Amino acid sequence: MAAEEQEILREVTNSEYKYGFITNIESDKAPKGLNEDIIRLISHKKNEPDWMLEFRLDAFRKWLTMTEPEWAHVQYQKPNFQDIHYYSAPKPKKNLNNLDEVDPELLDTFKKLGISIEEQKRLTGVAIDVVMDSVSVATTFKEKLGELGIIFCSFSEAVQKHPDLVKKYMGTVVPKNDNFYAALNSAVFTDGSFAYIPKGVRCPMELSTYFRINEAQTGQFERTLVVADEGSFVSYLEGCTAPMRDENQLHAAVVELIALDGAEIKYATVQNWYPGDVNGKGGIFNFVTKRGLCEKDSKISWTQVETGSAVTWKYPSCVLRGDNSVGEFYSVAVTNNHQQADTGTKMIHIGKNTKSTIISKGISAGVSNNSYRGLVKINKSATGARNFSQCDSLLMGDRCGAHTFPYIEVGNSSAKVEHEATTSKIGEDQIFYCLQRGIGEEKAISLIVNGYCKDVLNKLPMEFAVEARKLLAISLEGSVG
Amino acid sequence: MLNINNLHAEIDGKKILNGLSLNIKPGEVHAIMGPNGSGKSTLASVLAGNEAFNVTEGEVTFLGENLLEMAPDKRSHLGVFLAFQYPVEIPGVSNINFLKAAINEHRESLGLEPMSAKEFLARVKEKSKLVELDNKLTNRSVNEGFSGGEKKRNEIFQMAMLEPKLCILDETDSGLDIDALRIVANGVNQLRNSERSFLVVTHYQRLLDYIVPDYVHVLYNGQIVKTGGKDLAFELESKGYDWIKKEHNEVSA
Repeated sequence: MAAEEQEILREVTNSEYKYGFITNIESDKAPKGLNEDIIRLISHKKNEPDWMLEFRLDAFRKWLTMTEPEWAHVQYQKPNFQDIHYYSAPKPKKNLNNLDEVDPELLDTFKKLGISIEEQKRLTGVAIDVVMDSVSVATTFKEKLGELGIIFCSFSEAVQKHPDLVKKYMGTVVPKNDNFYAALNSAVFTDGSFAYIPKGVRCPMELSTYFRINEAQTGQFERTLVVADEGSFVSYLEGCTAPMRDENQLHAAVVELIALDGAEIKYATVQNWYPGDVNGKGGIFNFVTKRGLCEKDSKISWTQVETGSAVTWKYPSCVLRGDNSVGEFYSVAVTNNHQQADTGTKMIHIGKNTKSTIISKGISAGVSNNSYRGLVKINKSATGARNFSQCDSLLMGDRCGAHTFPYIEVGNSSAKVEHEATTSKIGEDQIFYCLQRGIGEEKAISLIVNGYCKDVLNKLPMEFAVEARKLLAISLEGSVG
Repeated sequence: MLNINNLHAEIDGKKILNGLSLNIKPGEVHAIMGPNGSGKSTLASVLAGNEAFNVTEGEVTFLGENLLEMAPDKRSHLGVFLAFQYPVEIPGVSNINFLKAAINEHRESLGLEPMSAKEFLARVKEKSKLVELDNKLTNRSVNEGFSGGEKKRNEIFQMAMLEPKLCILDETDSGLDIDALRIVANGVNQLRNSERSFLVVTHYQRLLDYIVPDYVHVLYNGQIVKTGGKDLAFELESKGYDWIKKEHNEVSA
């Protein structure tokens, strides 16, 4: 590689994380550490019913018997679970009915994030639930949605106001002992979002959650539960950012989606947690369990653009239980500097004529490692099941790595499973071609990368796609090789 | 407009150009011919600023500026256009978006606002006619899945869109059937004017039936060894290059 390119590669490392500010608002924190008392404290603070506390304690006891998974292609210093605050809420905490009651500092934070809630409210018609550290701060548009019978609120509020729905569905897709981090989340989660779309209702706006870790030495453990009743439709967006801190912070979320007969859920994530500095110091550990359950004739699409986090461990999956159900996974995962990502999906075909599509686009730069890990499992019962998987990797420079771990298990001979994989380097001939036409190097890379990711970016709602494009450009500034 | 003086260039330590000199005035069409490996495409690449080639000696000025010190994109902004011998595919990037980005970068270098969508589309419509480029092709990804002929037409279309001052055609005729060749040449001829100059690199006299040059140069061993009018191309076509090689070798011996 030419010296100049080396220079440009080094430049990338200087492109700064622009969401790294810290908001000075008072917070109400639990002492560090994890034990049954802390869990009781969280449950008490949130004024939870007994069944919720029991769910937490049961999860905690199961967690104690579990060990941290080590099979992923990532290396990191394991978190000290006793050195984390498991509860942190912006003060003053009270029930907020409208945005005027929100702490102005907090509103300012969201403005810096580029999501002025007020503006969103007026212009875009996107309903947002904002989760700061662990507590949901404001949910906009609640009333308007309420007219259609749609419930969109913080998880805590759902526990209070819609206990039957929460009780019925929570933990049914991701059981509390599903894995180490899901169990931890089940024990200590403090908030998150809840959405319920009634039968036959088409949710008229995008529902959106914005997650933000602010406090030092806290973990964020939110839970999202989306239930789409028979024949309903919802599009859900999720965005995340965090301040720059030297120590690693843990984010261990659980997302459960339930699509009942004939329902459709689109779930899009733009993940931009702080990735750590150029030397790999700090950054978020993003250990997330996301899974959706599809009943008859239903469809779940996961679309994710992953640019942040020091370490990502995440496999949004679909359990295609109902006949004719459809699961989709569209992913762009970018790693730069010292970032490590082990991400992919699981498509579990149980019902007849179930279909799944996996499009994964990995981009590695710097000295990062980017792995796709996917499982396509066709059960014996899944007659006529079909899967198509395409996993592409793009390398920038010669110090990064791209890895693909596709697992395919077929238990029914009528199934059709296709897998395609490519690995390419961003072409110097492509860059020269752009330069010759007068397109500068930065812009050229952005064009080429966006073109490479087009199949995935096209699946995002418009305003999210714009944000994702910008994010890709920032994450890869100057990384030619 | 373009002055090349004693240009030496190499790739991977191998000398390709050995003291090439050439002057092109506004509005002139110069054809560069020569046997395989004589350095024709290298000349085109060096002028465009391809970093795979290393210039070891000599000067190139274009519109009074030292071209060799400029980055490839800056050369483009100044008005240098290279129609590639092998146009590159850029999957997922539509031809339209690609050209919009290019035009707006050119405008930015001049301190102008981006072109309005209306003006841009009008220009696309006008210029795509020059090379009979299908609307569908303008919306497809850059060169992806294009036939050889479509790629070359697309190069001329891009050239028309960017309105350069110096057009370098690197074996644009290679791989073209006679109909495509006529379309491409026709497009080029419509772009000829008293300000715009052309440097046409080709193997065959055939192209020069359509794009009639003011000068024909023969490149051999990295130098221009013979210059003449368009008749020289006919002479080369009938006699081949051996007599030139022989002449040159005798002189240098």
